[in-house]
Amino acid sequence: MKPKAINLIINKVESGRRLDSDEGLILFKHADLLTLGELANQVRKRLHPERLVTFIIDRNINYTNICVNKCKFCAFYREADSPEAYILSKDEIFKKIDETIAQGGTQILMQGGVHPDLGIDYFEDLFRAVKSRYTIQIHSLSPSEISFIAKKDALSIKDALIRLKASGLDSIPGGGAEILVDRVRKKVSPNKIRWRQWAEVMKEAQKLGMPTTATMMFGSLETDKEIIEHLVRIRDIQEETKGFTAFIPWTYQPGNTELGGRSATAVEYLKVLALSRIMLDNFQNIQASWVTQGAKIAQVALEFGANDFGSTMIEENVVAAAGITFRMTKQEIISIIKDAGYTPAQRDTRYNILKKED
Amino acid sequence: MNIDTIKEKVLSNQRLTREDGIALFKSNDLLALGRMADHVAQHKNGNQVFFVQNMHINPTNICVNRCKFCAFSRSKGEPGAYEMSIDDILDKARKAGKGVREFHIVSGLHPDLPFAWYLDMLGALKKEFPKIHLKAFTAVEIDYLAKLSGLSVTDTLKQLRDAGLGSLPGGGAEIFNTTVRNTLCAEKISGDRWLEVIEAAHNIALKSNATMLYGHIETYEHRIDHLLRLRGLQDRTGGFQAFIPLSFHSQNTEIKKSAYTTGFDDLKTLAISRLVLDNFDHIKAYWVMLGEKIAQVSLNFGVDDLDGTVVEERITKAAGGTTDGSMTRDEIVHLIKQAGRIPVERDTVYNVVKVWK
Repeated sequence: MKPKAINLIINKVESGRRLDSDEGLILFKHADLLTLGELANQVRKRLHPERLVTFIIDRNINYTNICVNKCKFCAFYREADSPEAYILSKDEIFKKIDETIAQGGTQILMQGGVHPDLGIDYFEDLFRAVKSRYTIQIHSLSPSEISFIAKKDALSIKDALIRLKASGLDSIPGGGAEILVDRVRKKVSPNKIRWRQWAEVMKEAQKLGMPTTATMMFGSLETDKEIIEHLVRIRDIQEETKGFTAFIPWTYQPGNTELGGRSATAVEYLKVLALSRIMLDNFQNIQASWVTQGAKIAQVALEFGANDFGSTMIEENVVAAAGITFRMTKQEIISIIKDAGYTPAQRDTRYNILKKED
Repeated sequence: MNIDTIKEKVLSNQRLTREDGIALFKSNDLLALGRMADHVAQHKNGNQVFFVQNMHINPTNICVNRCKFCAFSRSKGEPGAYEMSIDDILDKARKAGKGVREFHIVSGLHPDLPFAWYLDMLGALKKEFPKIHLKAFTAVEIDYLAKLSGLSVTDTLKQLRDAGLGSLPGGGAEIFNTTVRNTLCAEKISGDRWLEVIEAAHNIALKSNATMLYGHIETYEHRIDHLLRLRGLQDRTGGFQAFIPLSFHSQNTEIKKSAYTTGFDDLKTLAISRLVLDNFDHIKAYWVMLGEKIAQVSLNFGVDDLDGTVVEERITKAAGGTTDGSMTRDEIVHLIKQAGRIPVERDTVYNVVKVWK
């Protein structure tokens, strides 16, 4: 039984018109899983008629796990004096990049820890060293890290970004967005930047021509309305800058965290993914998260709005710290995309197709 | 055959043909399959999703068959072989939580135990747990026990029933096709024999389930033929309760295949089972094999049963199963609710125990 309002909203999506917050919320609350999937799939087909599913070969390099933020949902960070605290040496980082390139990788995603002692000199030096040795995309430092670096060295966000970019930083991952509503952030990540600062870093980077992504971690303390608010906020930024290449929702993983509780279920994940595809009509790409959902649900996600399979990762430490360790090789990613009836294609950071795997 | 034609048949309650079934398997339109299967499931069971609080007991892994797809079985004397005495089985059964209503008991085909041992085991369990339903012995085991007893299948089943057997699980069906079966499990009874044994059980009012092992070397045609034979038997007896497709796990088996089936294949197989088996009341997602995520999503793809709490299952685990092998009642109820369905706790024969409104 669908209320009349739902049918009007469904018509709106089907005719390619944008939903406002209220409409998004009604749809999210009242539409069943298959309805959301069908709508998301329509939007996806409109944007990607070619039945292609992309992926990137890259590596996550977590240069440190020492972090001043100490978010309650995080199982990865350590205090500076913890026996498990680490910071990778340049040689260790180079070794990881060598392995990445050997596997056909085109990008590295370096993220911490917001380490209290690492200022802009450290990153400029590191990025220059990487760029002098390798031809590889440096897709690194989330807004939280950039914001900290700027503050530590008394720079504006813009100036910090200009210097980082000059030293080799190419693009910025959308991590640390969590839920872009301060009520939630104050509870789950009280020490982390608020939503406006996250948005400011992204906008400044985008103005400098650096591509960025946007993420959302849901399933902690947020309400349905706050999920919609998050989506509308990034949609508004995108309207202004056109600088987001993709949106990546994933689920909070409660294992080994202060916040605890339970994880969002697979049905909730697919619903949020589909809702994202429906709401974010100005985002070209939506990524499935096999890291949090596993290969089976990530594959099914291709019918719920996702057109990108994310990255091969090579290593992943943050979700793994919460006890979830899915692994996928490039071959597995390719075969699972084909099994769903799509053509897999390796892409670069800007979603240029490098190689189709027919 | 296109999907729209099949959809019209589904919506007008017409039985699907072999060709329809094959066309559905060849389609990648997952959401359309889900929509059709969901339509049928809603028609049969409304918004309800059933589960049972049960405990699995696998008395021995020693088996004379040694099927190639099985990572659980051992030969007698081989490292890792185990067998439980009746006292061991009772000890394990005593660990069952308060709400447990079913013991699911399946084993290897043990070379030495006499028929009387099985009657004694059922009798001992029934004596100590008179209210718990004993769902035990696949058709393969029943055939084996008939050889041990020297009786007909029907008389063997009657003796077991008199000792406490309540119903039969659906295992050992694998894939009925002879060629596939000879490759996978040459020593195991034939598909014809499996159906014969189950028919004999249904004829003396013992209910059973039915299964299909998919994702190994079989084709879509083999799957559909398997479903059609089950549908034919069900037309005659009405004795099947639920159909349970079992996704193949290749780790530690002799079949070289990717470790797990895909999410697409799992959901397609469940949905198509719902569509083809129009005379089965229930389609069950066995979450131990599928993983709880796909099992939950399948509740929108034609599935109306999530099996049970399954305390300590050992067979899937041996082949690289990744679930814990048990879920609490609260966890199952949560999964069902989050899928937008009404959780209904049942007993083995689908009497309602509790509804979560």
